[in-house]
Amino acid sequence: MVSSPVRRLAGALHRRPGLRLAGLLSAPMAWLLVAYLGSLTVLLLSAFWTTNEFTSQIEYVWNTDNFAQVLTDPVYRTVALRTLGIAAGVTVIDALLALPMALYMARVARPGSRRLLLVAVTAPLWAGYLVKAYAWWVMLSHGGVLDWAGGSPGFGVPAVVIVLAYLWLPYMVLPLYGALEQLPGSLLEASADLGGRPWRTVRSVILPLVKPALIAGSVFTFSLSLGDYLTVQIVGGTTQMLGNVIASDVTLNLPMAAAVSCIPVLLIVGYLLTVRRTGALENL
Amino acid sequence: MRTLRRPVAALAATAALLLAAACSASTSGSSTTPTGFTPPKIPMQTSLGKGEGTVNIVAWAGYVEYGQDSKTVDWVTPFTQQTGCKVNLKVAGTSDEMVALMKTGQYDTVSASGDATLRLIAGGDVAPVNTTLVPNYASIYPGLKNQPWNSVAGTSYGIPHGRGANLLMYNKTKVSPAPTSWGAVFDPSSPYAGHITAYDDPIYIADAALYLMKTQPSLGIKNPYALTADQLAKVVALLKAQKKNINSYWSDYTKEQAAFDSGDFWLGTTWEVIAQAVAADGKVKTDAILPSEGSTGWSDTWMVSAHAQHPNCAYQWMNYIVSPSANAQVAEYFGEAPANSLACAQIKDNPHFCADYHADDESWWKNVYYWNTPTKSCVDGSGRNDCTDYAQWVTAWNEIKS
Repeated sequence: MVSSPVRRLAGALHRRPGLRLAGLLSAPMAWLLVAYLGSLTVLLLSAFWTTNEFTSQIEYVWNTDNFAQVLTDPVYRTVALRTLGIAAGVTVIDALLALPMALYMARVARPGSRRLLLVAVTAPLWAGYLVKAYAWWVMLSHGGVLDWAGGSPGFGVPAVVIVLAYLWLPYMVLPLYGALEQLPGSLLEASADLGGRPWRTVRSVILPLVKPALIAGSVFTFSLSLGDYLTVQIVGGTTQMLGNVIASDVTLNLPMAAAVSCIPVLLIVGYLLTVRRTGALENL
Repeated sequence: MRTLRRPVAALAATAALLLAAACSASTSGSSTTPTGFTPPKIPMQTSLGKGEGTVNIVAWAGYVEYGQDSKTVDWVTPFTQQTGCKVNLKVAGTSDEMVALMKTGQYDTVSASGDATLRLIAGGDVAPVNTTLVPNYASIYPGLKNQPWNSVAGTSYGIPHGRGANLLMYNKTKVSPAPTSWGAVFDPSSPYAGHITAYDDPIYIADAALYLMKTQPSLGIKNPYALTADQLAKVVALLKAQKKNINSYWSDYTKEQAAFDSGDFWLGTTWEVIAQAVAADGKVKTDAILPSEGSTGWSDTWMVSAHAQHPNCAYQWMNYIVSPSANAQVAEYFGEAPANSLACAQIKDNPHFCADYHADDESWWKNVYYWNTPTKSCVDGSGRNDCTDYAQWVTAWNEIKS
């Protein structure tokens, strides 16, 4: 029998399962390592370089001045704390808005209107991010709808929190909706049978069961807010967030930008660790 | 999800290690800014070859118009017809952006202001310009040739384009009486708080420095780009007080235009071209003035990239844009003084244009402080060596905005 190269290859793969596995996994692993982790590593490494102060040329001299500056300069602390505050505020507002919405959609609404509500929640995701941010700019600006109604907060931190909370709301509603929909009705009935009033049922049965979903949603809203820089540019007035500092540094001082970008990474890692301590990630 | 535990822990450990490494390191002194720098040796083009069919340009808004803003404003199409060079434009909002864009090596030519030119030359991002390959260079005002911002030791690094001043624009219905001083935007108890705007770039520090130079002579500021650490601290304090009254900063000119149109901005620094655009929109009544203190301004230079992939088209563009006809169109559209002495005669609808813009009046320009890169050796010509450099300005600006 003539053995063509293809046949030989097929035979080799059949005999060695390890080779088969390596062949299957190498492409996605290469993607993960090279494109995803690799680029992050390069960014992190570049934080240890420096730039010439006059020509902005990168100088490949290994040093930790950038990190020292990030840690000691009060500018970065102020901006980091403000960003953290905004991200936390957005997450809390989204949780408070999304919980009743998702509860109604999953447990109260009829199937027909449920589908309609789902579309309503996801529809804004189809519009561009910039379009939505500028729509809010129009509403918040002088002579805009909110100004006319007498309630525009103007451009600043409140405006940033409102717009970010609006932008990321679907990312909170959808996981909560999924969790609430899967909640066995028998549990709610049991609670009622045992004399639990609706509020007590929400507190003692629903909330503990949807906690993982709540945390999954909060990871989205928190991390997306932490990294945002366009919304704050559009409706933030003179407000600066970490993203703006990174964006303004990235053009002429890439090493500094890389050092600053470690702050949101650390904040997110810290958040994940805190969340993990609560055990919520175990049953995700 | 069990598998998450290890990666997260590993990541946290890595982060902790990095942080520890960062903390243990001491801050070493920053390297000194090169003052009398020697530019890297980059060959000058000696002859002009055939055009490459394309030219990639970085420019200020309003310098390269192909009808994108107004159908009747177009001097790029005739250029393409004459030379066969298709123009790809990238508009930059600040000098920092221009420097960053030129560092990519993707662009052939740039309209750089004085706070970018020397940085580009020192960084080896632009090549010396052979002015004999630019016939229209002959009729450029001599007062603009071989200046400290466009040449090094007698070697020319660009073709002068034109110059102008940053103006104070205000909404005539909201701001009354009409302002005559930059004090209108720096007054901490301004009645227009929340409707003031300012330019979003470290170079705006010079605007505040100029105001202090004229109103508080005791500070001893002689040039808004030559500030000692003490003087810079005073300027920063003024800008921090101003920030409370700022609606938002602008660097994208369309943002300023839209915010003046909507009534969010009532007064602030502007370029003539934006003032004209707002006037053309006709939504609000505005005026733009040169305040009594004088102003910061710019003297721009067309430079050619050291990595130009289309050098012949770049030279043809430089020659075209400073030709009497094109230079006149840009000057009139942007609202600046042309660099070509023959351009004035081309502006038919306003015979006094060049006189109005003081195109040849060197004494008038003494009151306009062109954007310049601050360096440790003071740029006021005093020979002192205790001034703050641009890196310190960037830090100060970040502090003001944080």
